[in-house]
Amino acid sequence: MDPECARLLPALCAVLADPSQAVADDTCLEKLLDWFKTVTEAGSSLLLLQENPCLVDLLTHVLDLKPQNVSPRVLSFSLCLAGTFAAQEDCFEYLQQGQLLLGLFGEAGPLSWAAWSVPIVRSGWIRGLRSLAQHPSALHFLGDSGAVDALFSLQGDSSLFVASAASQLLVHILALSMQGKAAGSSSLQGSAWPACAQKIVDHVEACLCSTAAPQVTQALNVLTTTFGRCHNPWTEVLWGQLGPLVAHLLENEPIPAAHSLVDLLLSVARSPVFASADCGLWETTARMLSCLSPSQAGPLALGTLKLQNCPQALRSQAFGVLLQPLVCILRATAQAPGPPGVLDETTEGSSMTVDTLLSSKSACVGLLCQTLAHLEELQPLPQRPLHWPQTLLVEAAVIILKLCEGSVAPSSSEGGRLCGALAGCVRVQRAALDFLGTLSQGATSQELMLQVFAVLLETLESPASSPTVLKKAFQATLRWLLDSSLPPSSLDLGLPAPLFLKELFPVLQKRLCSPCWEVRDSALEFLTHLTACWGGEADFREVLLASEVPKLTWQLLRDPESYVRASAVTAMGRLSSQGLQAASESSGHLEVQQGLVGELLHILSVDSEGFPRRAVARVFTEWLRDSHADVARDTEWFVATVLPMVSRDLDWEVRAQGLELVQVFLAQTLGQSSPHCPYVVTLPKASPPSPLPEVLRTLCQLQVFDFAFRALFDCDRPVAQKACDLLLFLKDKTAPCSGLQEPGESSDVTSVEATLQRWQAGEQGQPLSTLEPKEVLAALRSMDLEGLQSRLAESSDHVEKSPQSLLQDVLATVAVLEENVADCY
Amino acid sequence: MVPGKTTLPMMPLGRGARRKNSQLPRRSRRQPAETGRRFLDLRSGEVDIKHPKVRHETVLPVRAPNLTMQYPQVQINHHYARLWTGHDFYPQFPSFATCSKELKECSGHVFVDSVPEFCLPETELIDLSTVDVILISNYHCMMALPYITEHTGFTGTVYATEPTVQIGRLLMEELVNFIERVPKAQSASLWKNKDIQRLLPSPLKDAVEVSTWRRCYTMQEVNSALSKIQLVGYSQKIELFGAVQVTPLSSGYALGSSNWIIQSHYEKVSYVSGSSLLTTHPQPMDQTSLKNSDVLVLTGLTQIPTANPDGMVGEFCSNLALTVRNGGNVLVPCYPSGVIYDLLECLYQYIDSAGLSSIPFYFISPVANSSLEFSQIFAEWLCHNKQSKVYLPEPPFPHAELIQTNKLKHYPSIHGDFSNDFRQPCVVFTGHPSLRFGDVVHFMELWGKSSLNTVIFTEPDFSYLEALAPYQPLAMKCIYCPIDTRLNFIQVSKLLKEVQPLHVVCPEQYTQPPPAQSHRMDLMIDCQPPPMSYRRAEVLALPFKRRYEKIEIMPELADSLVPMEIKPGISLATVSAVLHTKDNKHVLQPPPRPAQPTSGKKRKRVSDDVPDCQVLKPLLSGSIPVEQFVQTLEKHGFSDIKVEDTAKGHIVLLQEAETLIQIEEDSTHIICDNDEMLRVRLRDLVLKFLQKF
Repeated sequence: MDPECARLLPALCAVLADPSQAVADDTCLEKLLDWFKTVTEAGSSLLLLQENPCLVDLLTHVLDLKPQNVSPRVLSFSLCLAGTFAAQEDCFEYLQQGQLLLGLFGEAGPLSWAAWSVPIVRSGWIRGLRSLAQHPSALHFLGDSGAVDALFSLQGDSSLFVASAASQLLVHILALSMQGKAAGSSSLQGSAWPACAQKIVDHVEACLCSTAAPQVTQALNVLTTTFGRCHNPWTEVLWGQLGPLVAHLLENEPIPAAHSLVDLLLSVARSPVFASADCGLWETTARMLSCLSPSQAGPLALGTLKLQNCPQALRSQAFGVLLQPLVCILRATAQAPGPPGVLDETTEGSSMTVDTLLSSKSACVGLLCQTLAHLEELQPLPQRPLHWPQTLLVEAAVIILKLCEGSVAPSSSEGGRLCGALAGCVRVQRAALDFLGTLSQGATSQELMLQVFAVLLETLESPASSPTVLKKAFQATLRWLLDSSLPPSSLDLGLPAPLFLKELFPVLQKRLCSPCWEVRDSALEFLTHLTACWGGEADFREVLLASEVPKLTWQLLRDPESYVRASAVTAMGRLSSQGLQAASESSGHLEVQQGLVGELLHILSVDSEGFPRRAVARVFTEWLRDSHADVARDTEWFVATVLPMVSRDLDWEVRAQGLELVQVFLAQTLGQSSPHCPYVVTLPKASPPSPLPEVLRTLCQLQVFDFAFRALFDCDRPVAQKACDLLLFLKDKTAPCSGLQEPGESSDVTSVEATLQRWQAGEQGQPLSTLEPKEVLAALRSMDLEGLQSRLAESSDHVEKSPQSLLQDVLATVAVLEENVADCY
Repeated sequence: MVPGKTTLPMMPLGRGARRKNSQLPRRSRRQPAETGRRFLDLRSGEVDIKHPKVRHETVLPVRAPNLTMQYPQVQINHHYARLWTGHDFYPQFPSFATCSKELKECSGHVFVDSVPEFCLPETELIDLSTVDVILISNYHCMMALPYITEHTGFTGTVYATEPTVQIGRLLMEELVNFIERVPKAQSASLWKNKDIQRLLPSPLKDAVEVSTWRRCYTMQEVNSALSKIQLVGYSQKIELFGAVQVTPLSSGYALGSSNWIIQSHYEKVSYVSGSSLLTTHPQPMDQTSLKNSDVLVLTGLTQIPTANPDGMVGEFCSNLALTVRNGGNVLVPCYPSGVIYDLLECLYQYIDSAGLSSIPFYFISPVANSSLEFSQIFAEWLCHNKQSKVYLPEPPFPHAELIQTNKLKHYPSIHGDFSNDFRQPCVVFTGHPSLRFGDVVHFMELWGKSSLNTVIFTEPDFSYLEALAPYQPLAMKCIYCPIDTRLNFIQVSKLLKEVQPLHVVCPEQYTQPPPAQSHRMDLMIDCQPPPMSYRRAEVLALPFKRRYEKIEIMPELADSLVPMEIKPGISLATVSAVLHTKDNKHVLQPPPRPAQPTSGKKRKRVSDDVPDCQVLKPLLSGSIPVEQFVQTLEKHGFSDIKVEDTAKGHIVLLQEAETLIQIEEDSTHIICDNDEMLRVRLRDLVLKFLQKF
């Protein structure tokens, strides 16, 4: 421990031990605990206590004061602290000598205090024990002190945090006591468990046989954590002993604690210990899949399918369970549920699924949302079934969306009731659109694809679609358009995607005029992405330019909602890059282009919100990078116009983006950054970079250095970092020019440095005199940019995070409180 | 379209005389009369009864003194006629040459060329002259009031809230104005001949009760009808002949719109008409007061249950903006009050965001000015937000600001100032939504041929396809955004769960999905117990019986009562009084004093001729414990007593005295032969066990 901290420690302990001086902030105590943990991990706890007797005094004092005089926070802190020290066996012994640990953790300790009723104290007690339980001595202590019994009862604590921590501690104790026994699993057969472990196992066994659901849940939670954390051979013996009891639970009606049971089975199945052995696990899982309700079986089916080593038959059964609700929907709406054979398993238990779907609206919605989410999760995984019924799933998603729209007319009574339950249900619509979006990657027949586009169009068109549904519908549409791998040029082939575009654009137009800003925003985002991918396709261009979309997008640059303006800026930037701007009747293309640059500059200079300005800065950077025609015409004018605006922007992201723009400009004028792969094939440059002195002069004229130096001392670290990187790049590039510097011309540098120092001191208003290349070079050379870069790389609060600062903070807080008390008089 | 200010929009003089220029002649060129102009040839009027465009009229006939409730009477008002735009009809149907002047054909549809006529409320079920009270729920369902009050012998009272009356007057005034502007000498009647009608193409052949259709009422009749209305306020209790109390409650649908509670002392019936749970301009719906109803009569649900009003407003705005941005004009056929207030409010918020600030909005109606002004003065009938604005003070509706900033301009008609101010592109709100009369006809003619323009239908009462039929072929875009804020089935379900009436009564149509969407099981009322439904012209017996009446006791009579507590909390007293019943109020008055024997000569007045009161005997209560009674008898010297149990009680047999005492639950008989002394003795012994009062 550093001496300054050691000096402050007695004062801190005194404050904590003084009941009249309340520590207001819990987080301080948590930080203190973290610090003590770091200190004890780095060295001997015993030595720490001996060198700082105030710490033991604090613990003793807390114990002597009796809990009613100690705040629950300090009590909890002390318990955790004692546990942290006692994690080392010698320190444990040291503390035990004074019966301190027994006083703090024994039956006569906090358990009998009034403060025990405060959850934070119980939590502190458990955390202390958790830290302490690291060595055999601790194990004996736990057995003798009655702590294990207390933990059993704490499993049912009213505070969920306490209950969960108690359960986890029991698992930890079980694992600790089994530590030495892990080598030979055969020796564990019979009643060869260590006493502490035996006690826990007996308790779990008793709970599993209990008729009370909470008890069963507690036992299952302990076992789930055990099999999740401990992957030693003894766990196999444990499962061999308790597995039958678990399986027995399935015979109850209803099955108790079904969710916990699912978690346990999956936890056991995931354990590498059971990778080769069966142990009746698969049989139990299969039974469970068939007897749980559809909504309970769903998570088990998904978990089972994610397993690597699961038998094929069980995988088929699990997949059948996942598909059941969708098959039921298809059957109820008289759609053929895919080719025969794929879904033979789904007939079993389908009546239960139908019952659930039809029982109530909430049950139907819940089950469908869960099923769609599970299948969506499964779709991209390598473990997904080989026979992925793409057609069935797409059909199901389409029919669910139609049911939500109310546009399908099922003939059966089940279909009618499903329609009644799902019509206008936004939750299911969102889930189905998400799912449909993920299905875009699979192979789908052209006929079905037409259905997909039709239902997506219907959703996009429907006045009843909510903004969130529209957003999802746009996203799904985009995925289908792009993943259907049909470029618009295949229009002649009569393929669905391009035909769809012609119908889509009127809808897009309408959505761009929506009174709801979220809808306008989603529509613009969709347009941006679509243009980015298909902007070069002739048919797409034709459809787009024939529509009002470019014109409407332009108008949205003046939208009252800043998010929409930002999206419109991005969309216009993209359209312009692809030469897809609206051609006004009155003005030519050139005027339109000039108008757009002017409009974006206007937004950059006057918009009161950050988002649109950021978007403009990004668009300009992209334009520069892509050599957009308007920019390439006069790059220097462009940079000279944009830089003064971005450099003075109040939003740090705009300033950072401005530096990015400068970086792109420099890369274009000076060439790429030097450390690049020598084997990369590069195209020969069209025009060699200009001579360096000339470039430097230009950069000075454009006030690039002014911006970069100013940004170096920006109060926002990312800006400063970026500026530093930029200047380092320049320093690297200008190294060959060092010859420009003549001896005896250092006075200029001094004035620059003086200004920079003032900027560093916060006087950003101070103007920098017009820089000359020589001064710049000298300044770059004289500055310790590398040192600055490493300083900036550290997090901004590295100074404030020191333990010394923490201790001072705690003491200062108390002092302030005291002052306030004095003020009252 | 030529942007900027132009002269008055021009209407073509006729099909052959249509001008290339789309401008209308100035007012002066329209003189002397408008008759003969193509756009004035308003022909009437048949009805498509298949479409559920009904307005539910609340007619509560109350006949004093005995209360009879027959309700609800669902009346169907058909406000629309057809416009002739085509050719004579008879070439296609030569056999109908007799009525060929009346029938015209346009784009394959046959229309009647006549003065618009209106289908009257049902009169066969009720003799309207016997109706005592009419309750008007909102201004949309009072359009037929003059037909009821003026020529049927109706002498009752009509109850309605003030905004209902004022805005109802505006709607009627607009209707009368529209019709009177285009006078036509005769109504078509030949086609109504049943032999001809049944041979006509649909929908003419399906029109019902055509013989009862009437021409529009006059302003004089409107004023006379309105003078019979008595104004009421929300939660005001109105006594109807002492039989029931009627209370209007806010229904949240329109300014002053009401639901009604009709209750006696022991029964409560709620009548829910057009109601809305959405946050629009009127005061929110009062649901709490509907609780504890024996019967809830549910009518006036949304006509378009699948159209969410929010989504429709979005559609309205989007399509409006798209059209105007392309240089087109937007026509919104609408009523001069109601949804238009909400639409203007939405546009107020939207036009800036959509970059439409420079686009003029015109509201053209003979009552436009009054409607906009009335909306601002009915503060107490508005939603809370708008009410609180009044205290700032600010106008409750933002259309005041639109008017101030010249974004919204209103005119009584297209003549006069409008012709000077008219600029395109623009948005025009005008009536009538049926497109059969009113200024909307001019704009349909003016803008119908350009695909740049759009007509947006927002009123849910009319089929837009039917409305547009006589204008075909039509190039302008048509958008159907019906905005009906009345309750949908999900909201009804929530309402019924909240209010929990014992029984729900509703039209049959609400108990099954719409015929066109038979799979939508969600589009029907789903409640427990299932609702009682009724059909047209069906009389229902409501599922409750009147068991009790409340009777008032006069104070002096009450003073004379001496209650005796016979059980804790229950006291009894005997009352001798005269029950006086008048106007369904029952009062117990003290009995008149016995007539003085001395005044025998004086002739008695009829009213004094009341029955003489006999001397009152005390009433007995309690029960006789047989064992104790026997003991008492023994104490008093009776011996040889035998007790027999019977089905109803006991018989105590005094064998020696040959006397029988029959004790039953509600009577005791002493049977002895001619021994009055013994009987009296025994009677006194029996009475000792009973309480007297």
